[in-house]
Amino acid sequence: MNNRVLLEVNHLSKHFQLGPNQTLRAVDDVSFHIWQGETLGLVGESGCGKSTVGRTLLQLYKPTSGEIRFAGERVSDMTERKGHKAYTSQMQMIFQDPYSSLNPRMTVTEIISEGLMIHRPNLAKKERKEQVSALLELVGLSSRQANRYPHEFSGGQRQRIGIARALAVEPSFIVADEPIAALDVSIQAQIVNLLMDLQRQKQLTYLFIAHDLSMVKHISDRIAVMYLGQLVELAASDELYARPLHPYTEALLSAIPLPDPVQEQSRERIVLQGEIPNPLNPPSGCRFHTRCPKAFDICAKEIPSFAEVLPQHYVKCHLYGEKGE
Amino acid sequence: MNQPILTVDGLHVAFHSQRGEVHAVRGVSFCLQKQETLAIVGESGSGKSVTAKAIMRLLPKQSTSIPAGQITYAGQNVLALPPRELQSLRGAEISMVFQDPMTSLNPTMTIGQQLVEGISKHQRLDKAAAYEKAVNMLQLVGIPNAQERIRAYPHHFSGGMRQRVGIAMALACDPKVLIADEPTTALDVTVQAQILELMKSLQQRTGTGIILITHDLGVVANMAQKVAVMYAGEVVETGPIAEIFYRPKHPYTWGLLRSMPRLDAAGTEPLIPIPGTPPDLARQQQGCPFAPRCAHVMKVCKHFSPPLTEVSSGHTAKCWLLDQRAQQQERLAGVAGG
Repeated sequence: MNNRVLLEVNHLSKHFQLGPNQTLRAVDDVSFHIWQGETLGLVGESGCGKSTVGRTLLQLYKPTSGEIRFAGERVSDMTERKGHKAYTSQMQMIFQDPYSSLNPRMTVTEIISEGLMIHRPNLAKKERKEQVSALLELVGLSSRQANRYPHEFSGGQRQRIGIARALAVEPSFIVADEPIAALDVSIQAQIVNLLMDLQRQKQLTYLFIAHDLSMVKHISDRIAVMYLGQLVELAASDELYARPLHPYTEALLSAIPLPDPVQEQSRERIVLQGEIPNPLNPPSGCRFHTRCPKAFDICAKEIPSFAEVLPQHYVKCHLYGEKGE
Repeated sequence: MNQPILTVDGLHVAFHSQRGEVHAVRGVSFCLQKQETLAIVGESGSGKSVTAKAIMRLLPKQSTSIPAGQITYAGQNVLALPPRELQSLRGAEISMVFQDPMTSLNPTMTIGQQLVEGISKHQRLDKAAAYEKAVNMLQLVGIPNAQERIRAYPHHFSGGMRQRVGIAMALACDPKVLIADEPTTALDVTVQAQILELMKSLQQRTGTGIILITHDLGVVANMAQKVAVMYAGEVVETGPIAEIFYRPKHPYTWGLLRSMPRLDAAGTEPLIPIPGTPPDLARQQQGCPFAPRCAHVMKVCKHFSPPLTEVSSGHTAKCWLLDQRAQQQERLAGVAGG
C-alpha cells in the first residue's frame, strides 16, 4: 500500500424515485477514499445501501449528487472526454451470485473474452485465446475447461470464472459485491485466498462488500460500516474490532456468533431491538437512534457529523461530538 | 442416561433421477434427548436437509425411496405410520421451521388463519380459543401489537418478523421435537441474534428438543450441546460440542474449523481452505468419500470405507487415522524421524 489515493468519493448520494412522492435515499451523503493497493471492506445489513455504493462507483447507476474522483480525475469529466470505456477498463466488478451473473448460453471463453473484444479490439483471435487460457490458469482453472458452459461448473468454480472475467481487461480497481456469500464454508476460504493472492500479484485495489464481518476483517485493511444509506464508522480493521465507537458497530460485532462454544456461551451480547426502519421514511436526526441503546435527546433532532474522533478513525455519532458527554 | 425422544438409525435415502439413483443419505444415525439441541452441520448437498425431511416424511413419494434405516419417535416407527397418524404427529409432536421465511408461509392467507388452522387441527380447541392461543404465540415470539398483526398477510412482515411467525407456527402445538433447517441463514446478523435468543428461551420454557441444521459454526457454538458433522450423505463425526470444537478427530472437521477466519484473531494469516469440491453422489464411490480432498489420505482410504470409531464417550468419527494400525504407523514414523 502506498499513500496515493486511488478513489475519492465526496458527498455521494444516490436516490431512486419510486413514485411522485416517494424517494428512496439508498445512499445519502457518503464520503470516503480508497488508497491505492488497499482493500476497503464495506459492511452493513441488507438494504443499507452498500451494493448501491459499489454500483454507483462503477457508473452502473448515475449518482444523484456528489462526485467520484478516480486517480485524481473527476469521473464525470473522464467519461465525457474519453467515453465510458476509458473508465470501465479501469474498474470491474465481481458479483454475488455466480449462477445468475454468467450468461448460460456463452462458453467460458466467450464470457471472459467479451471484455477483451470491447476494450482491445485489435487483439488477434489467437492472442485472445492465449489470454483467456492464461487467465483461467491464473484463477486456478484449467485451460482445457475453456469451451465448457457455466452449468458444468460448481459454485466456487463459477466464481473463479467471474474473477477471470473481471481481470481480463486489466483493471486497477475491483468492486467485489458479496463474492463469497453464495458459497459453502470450505469453498469461501479458497476464493478469499485467491482474491488476496491476485491483489498482491497485480497490485489491485478492492472495495469488498459483504455482511460477514469476520471474513471482511480477514481480507480488509480498513472497514466502513453503513447503516440506512449512510456511513456510520470507518477505521482500520483491527482498530474497528478492538475499539468500535459507534453503538451500531458495537451491536453488529457482538451479534456475530464466534465458532468457539466456551467464548460464545459466556459472552454478553447486545441484542438490538427491532429491525432496520423503512428506508423510504428514515428516522430524523441520527438514523440509528430508534434502535440505539445509548440514544439521548439530541439524537432524534440533529444529524451527527462524520468526524475523525481518533486518528484515522471516523464515526458519525453524537456520543463523540461536543454535545455528547 | 435418559431415553432419547427421537432416534434415527442407519437411515438411507435415495433419489431417482434421470441420471440414475442418487444416494443422498448413506447410513445416518443420531439421537435427540429432551431439551437438547443437536446441530447438524455440513455443506450444501451433504444430506442434512434430506435427513430432516425424511424425519418429517416430507420427501416426495414418487422420486425418493428409503431403502434402509429406522426413525423412532416415542416408540413409534415414523417410517411405517399410516397417513392419519402421521398427520397427528406432524406439527403436533414434531414440527419444522424452514430456511426461507419468504416462501414457507401461504401468501393468500392471513397469518392468523394459518396459525389457527394448525392449532384447531391438533388441539381440540374451538375457534375462539384457538384464536386466543394464536395471539399468545405471536406475543411469545416477540411480535409487537399481536392483536392487530394477526390479521396481516405475510407480505406485510419483514424477513425477521416472518421467521418469528414461522417459529410461532412450529411451536403452537407444543411439539416435543423442533427441526430448524437453516432458520437464520436468510436473516441479517442482528436479527439472527434475536431469533437464536428466542429459540433458546422458548426451549427452556417448553423442554423442546431441537435439531438445528446449519452451516454456520458460530451458530452451532451458540446453540448446540451435540454436533453431527455430515459429509457426502454420511455423519463423519459426532459428539458433544466441546469435543467437536476443541478435540476434533476427522480431517473434514479440522478443515471446516480452519477455513473460517477468526474475528478475534490479530493479523492476517492466510486461511487454510479445503481443496477441491464435494463428490458427485450420483457416482458410485469406493472408500472414504472425503479421501480426494483429504490432506492425510492413505492408501486404505481410497478402497475401504472407514469404520466408526469411538474416541471418547459419545464422540465418534469415521476415519482410518483412528484405526490402531494407523496410529502405530504414526508412532513408528515419529521414532524414525527422531
